[in-house]
Amino acid sequence: MSLADALDMRPGEDANVVLRRASVLDPVAGIEGVHDVVVRDGRIAELAAPGEGEAEGAELVEAEGLHAFPAFFDPHVHLRAPGQEHKEDVETGTRAAAAGGYCGILAMANTEPPVSTAADVVALRELARADASVPVGFLATVTREMAGEELTEMVELREAGALGFSDDGLPIASARVMRRALQYQRLCGGTIALHEEDPELSGDGVMHEGPVSAALGLAGIPSVSESTTIARDAALAAYEDARIHVQHLSAAESVEIVRAAKAAGVRISAEASPHHLCLTDEAVRSLDPRRFKMNPPLRSEADRQALIAGLRDGTIECIATDHAPHSSEEKDVPFEQAAMGVTGLETAFAALHTELVLPGAIGLELLVERLAGGAAPFGLDRPTLAPGAEANVALCDLAAEWTVGEDGYESRSQNSWCAGRTLTGRVLMTLAAGRVAFRLRSFSLGVAA
Amino acid sequence: MRHLLGIEQLSREEIETILDRAESFAEVGRRDIKKVPTLRGRTVVSLFYESSTRTSSSFELAAKRLSADLVSVKASGSSVEKGESLKDTVATLSAYDPAAIVIRHPYAGAAQMVAGWTTASVVNAGDGKHEHPSQALLDVYTLRRRLGSLEGTRIWIVGDVLHSRVARSNLIAFRRMGAEVTVCGPPTLIPRGIEELGCEVSHSLERLGEAEVVYALRMQRERMSDSFVPSLREYAASFQIDTRRLNPRQLLMHPGPVNRGVEISAEAIDSPQSLIAEQVAAGLVVRMAILYELLAGGEHPVPAREGDAAQPTPIGQPA
Repeated sequence: MSLADALDMRPGEDANVVLRRASVLDPVAGIEGVHDVVVRDGRIAELAAPGEGEAEGAELVEAEGLHAFPAFFDPHVHLRAPGQEHKEDVETGTRAAAAGGYCGILAMANTEPPVSTAADVVALRELARADASVPVGFLATVTREMAGEELTEMVELREAGALGFSDDGLPIASARVMRRALQYQRLCGGTIALHEEDPELSGDGVMHEGPVSAALGLAGIPSVSESTTIARDAALAAYEDARIHVQHLSAAESVEIVRAAKAAGVRISAEASPHHLCLTDEAVRSLDPRRFKMNPPLRSEADRQALIAGLRDGTIECIATDHAPHSSEEKDVPFEQAAMGVTGLETAFAALHTELVLPGAIGLELLVERLAGGAAPFGLDRPTLAPGAEANVALCDLAAEWTVGEDGYESRSQNSWCAGRTLTGRVLMTLAAGRVAFRLRSFSLGVAA
Repeated sequence: MRHLLGIEQLSREEIETILDRAESFAEVGRRDIKKVPTLRGRTVVSLFYESSTRTSSSFELAAKRLSADLVSVKASGSSVEKGESLKDTVATLSAYDPAAIVIRHPYAGAAQMVAGWTTASVVNAGDGKHEHPSQALLDVYTLRRRLGSLEGTRIWIVGDVLHSRVARSNLIAFRRMGAEVTVCGPPTLIPRGIEELGCEVSHSLERLGEAEVVYALRMQRERMSDSFVPSLREYAASFQIDTRRLNPRQLLMHPGPVNRGVEISAEAIDSPQSLIAEQVAAGLVVRMAILYELLAGGEHPVPAREGDAAQPTPIGQPA
């Protein structure tokens, strides 16, 4: 289903825009070259020869030297509504998404209270139709109140429009409950997205277990806390022929298990977060919880390299930010006391371009493909620049340098893991579901023809 | 030096500067009037979020011996109990314009955070299971007095390394002073990856004989409940330092408070090779030296060493 049909957003005008002489790259559709991207009535009307796109009645954007990509899709965002609007809400969170080049996001259900009833989903969808600047889909919890004990009314939740299910923030510790959910999925459909962690092994851990945690005297979260649970759930999914999506992979062992499960035909997909792809536990030596405390934790360089390898070979089909806003009161405290999570929507492309593409770890094509890879695991159309498609476009300047946080954030919170970093590459404009969702303030536009 | 947040940030030279200064305060301690005027008119805040006897009392006495005004705040009975955040408490205390804040806190990195919120010099008196730099300095001081130098000295740290900030700070300090360190304990109480700090790991006391110094750690009773060891009895059977395991040439240390009969046998504690009483005495002069280095170190030359009385120094004057 197209994003406009499947997800909810604020009503708006369909865009009529021509991106003149843009370097167009859509690896999945096999499009690469300089074109005039002609967007008419919110759809990609044509990829015209440079300078020849019909601009009559459209806004003309001089895009020579700029890149047009299929806009990105983030299957893992915490919008914090309802209940924690001091951290983020639908309006600020989707503005942050638009600023990051995203044309669609999925909101996690670990709100206060958690999204566990059809009424919760209906209310949130209504909110999105009033406030969201990019299309939003809502997941519902797998278990009531995320207690890990009883299943939610999954059929009714799906009928109310829940895009899928997740208890993200907490694992489903009971194998019995996990199995029941996978069985019940046959009735209700909807991908089940999993935060994989064994609470018994994680204990009171606050960072990756290894030499850095040993040096800092911080309780460690061992890699096997994640990988053993993924192994359990991959086996259960195989047994029940269920469809699961593994969230925020962090450990090398986990990548190996997902790879083997895919090879064995298990219906499993996986995501990795920009911070796990760019940072290691060495960053935690600063003891700065605002930027470097999250769950799963930043792991070793070997783990980071395994994630990059997984991204390359398709074991990990998408990049998801796990955008997790927290207020200053929750982060301006000693590391062990601080809330887990960092924001990432506004910096994902720029950070990965700077840390992975420019040094040559991955190609630009792969980055662009994986940033939009989060739609398919949830049964949604992948954003594309192919003529006829709904216009979902991220216009980027790959040479622009900027320092994160200098101009503030669209997000309500300031716990970006990139805060203070100078990044290369910036999103200038985003079209989402056929509408102009974002323009960088300092990016001057051409005159209408 | 602006703050003392951890041993990790100190060079060997900086450690030696503090130890040399402590030597000169030891000389002051042998006089009838043990007070010097160095910090007269300046305020030291002692902020303890965890119970402590020797660290808090020796820091407080050190501040008084240096003639500072002392404000002592304990978490229990203060606004901390009413839910005030660390940041707000520090802002409140900073209104007194303290020259130094000595802080103990149950969480790692607390002292470092406080340093970012105040203009005072911050002394880490223990942050979670992270560091306890003044303990490490007084231990190095004690050993240096006894041995002259730690260069090449073989030191075994025995016990619950996982939960010990003393183990971490001492390991770093001993290494920095040239000693060779082995940490020893059951695998459940040795943190994974500790060897990357430059130590050896042993899970048995079999080779304890090679140590010149045995540093025993406190074994907390609550560790039993979380399956770290099956029982204190079994722990003591494998890891207790007793006079049978200790040979007469080895020195024995412990940061206190000791669980007699658990990590060390009573006879070993009271044996002549035990440095435990010397460690406590060293605590005062080393903490005087720390406050002095942070608050007055840059302003005065290094005072004369013992036996060099011809050179009058600021700390040589009675208050």
